[in-house]
Amino acid sequence: MNSRIGYIAFNTFREAVRDRVLYNLIAFALLLSGAAILVGEISIDIERLVVVNLGLTAVSLFGVVIAIFIGIGLVSKEIDKRTLYTVLSRPVRRWEFVVGKFFGLTGTLVVNTLFMAVGVFLALLYVAHKFEKMDVWVLAALYFIVLQFLIVCALALFFSSFSTPLMAAVFTFALFVIGSLSEDLRGFARITSGVGGWLATAIAYLVPNFSALNVINQVAHGDPVPGRLILYNTVYALLYSAMAISGAVLIFQRRNLK
Amino acid sequence: MAAIEILDLEKSYLVGFWRKRPKLALRPLRLTIEDGEVFGFLGPNGAGKTTTLKLLMGLVFPTAGSARILGMEMNDPRVKSEIGFLPEQPYFYDHLSARELLNYYAQLSGVPTKGRSARVEQMLERVGLRDAAGVQLRKFSKGMLQRVGLAQAILHDPKLVFLDEPMSGLDPMGRREVRDLIQQLRSEGKTVFFSTHILSDAEALCDRVGVIHQGELRGVGAVAELTSERQAKMEIIFCATTVPPGLTSLGAEARVSGDMVNAVLPEEQQDAALEVLRRERIKLISLTPVRRSLEEYYIQKLRPVEARKNEIPKADDQKDKDDDRENDARIEASRKGVGA
Repeated sequence: MNSRIGYIAFNTFREAVRDRVLYNLIAFALLLSGAAILVGEISIDIERLVVVNLGLTAVSLFGVVIAIFIGIGLVSKEIDKRTLYTVLSRPVRRWEFVVGKFFGLTGTLVVNTLFMAVGVFLALLYVAHKFEKMDVWVLAALYFIVLQFLIVCALALFFSSFSTPLMAAVFTFALFVIGSLSEDLRGFARITSGVGGWLATAIAYLVPNFSALNVINQVAHGDPVPGRLILYNTVYALLYSAMAISGAVLIFQRRNLK
Repeated sequence: MAAIEILDLEKSYLVGFWRKRPKLALRPLRLTIEDGEVFGFLGPNGAGKTTTLKLLMGLVFPTAGSARILGMEMNDPRVKSEIGFLPEQPYFYDHLSARELLNYYAQLSGVPTKGRSARVEQMLERVGLRDAAGVQLRKFSKGMLQRVGLAQAILHDPKLVFLDEPMSGLDPMGRREVRDLIQQLRSEGKTVFFSTHILSDAEALCDRVGVIHQGELRGVGAVAELTSERQAKMEIIFCATTVPPGLTSLGAEARVSGDMVNAVLPEEQQDAALEVLRRERIKLISLTPVRRSLEEYYIQKLRPVEARKNEIPKADDQKDKDDDRENDARIEASRKGVGA
């Protein structure tokens, strides 16, 4: 990696940590331990299902909220606070700055997810008293959640490069919701004809396919995740994020920093 | 070689919601700054000083024109390694300490790993922040932030330093320190381009100044020449508690303070005025020609063009034209040099 991108990424990570972004882990730990204790008291052989479902959904939601709210301010905050002036007056290219910020935030989210993953497995151990072979698929689900974060961060950066932070948050969240329903949208497109069908197909393929990246229910039931899906999802998430980041870079390259 | 050659750089913004119309922030600007020169860019708030600096830094893009910095096109990435920039009222990452911030900027500027820490410590010492080096910047006062700003601008030993309002918001001691720093940069052979509206600082520091107003460069001149220019007036200071009537009739503008009188009158009335004092047996303290201050030059350049046209042409106007011609000649010569 270009060393300047690395320095910018590290500074972004350090800023997030010092701004107490990782404090969300406390809320996550409280939620999960509370749920585990409750499930241990009342459930009848569905402890694993509940803990995996609840734990992974919480990992996803906590991360998406962080990705959106930090992602929309990654560049716009630097413009507003004018911290960018002293960075771009150095031998730093604008694309390096955008890419460095992106890596910094995704790095923060990966570290955050690692801690939360440890929490999920501890809760699982608490309710099931042992690990089973099928628990390995929980790791695949966590990996897909990280891929979701990549896309959400890239989208937040893209929207914030031409709109206000509030609108960027609305757009990104809307795309996350629509993208999570993209399988339903594709199903709707298949049974609809004419202009409506075309439109639904276009939207279904344009929005990020978050539903393909969501295997929480599957792994909660102990079903395996095919290797081919892991490969496709990886390539898809990387390409989609790269496109969104390229869009953000193209807009930012032409932007006057008033 | 000229350190900066600005060739008709121009910037306009589109304003308005529905019907966008261009608003000129900088009229075509043509200016050359020589290597090793301390150049003051003077003008009131909103005159176009910051816009010019942002254009040169590549933070905003010109509508027309171009500039060469240290012999390279201004958008050449190599330029950034050779320049330092202090923005107006700088903001920095306040989650970092001064030491961490300078280290981060040193990394981005390509300061080699070996010796980087020593360079950072040297800068902290130079701007008097060694004792506060480990404190997060969110706890810094405005003056301390300005010092951090200066340190980051010169951290990588640039050949050319741009400072936007470096004395703004500083107390007298802070201003003095910034002045000393600019003097040091000059003695190290650096070129300094700084914008200010504090004329006394410009007068004390600059080799040349340019006055900009409403996005238009109104004049450029060497400070020594501008302030040494005589104004065909004499200032007489003498001991008295009242102004002798004979002096008033010579057209003197007098001011009494205590037992001293300070009078200014046309040069041709000098002998007659001395005769009046001799006749009244008044003790003369001093007789000096009135020289123009930088402030007067600045005020004159800020007046609307129409008002200036009605004035009798003065020597400095001719000098400005000469300077402009000299500027053009330099730019032309450098263009030929590049072409060859």
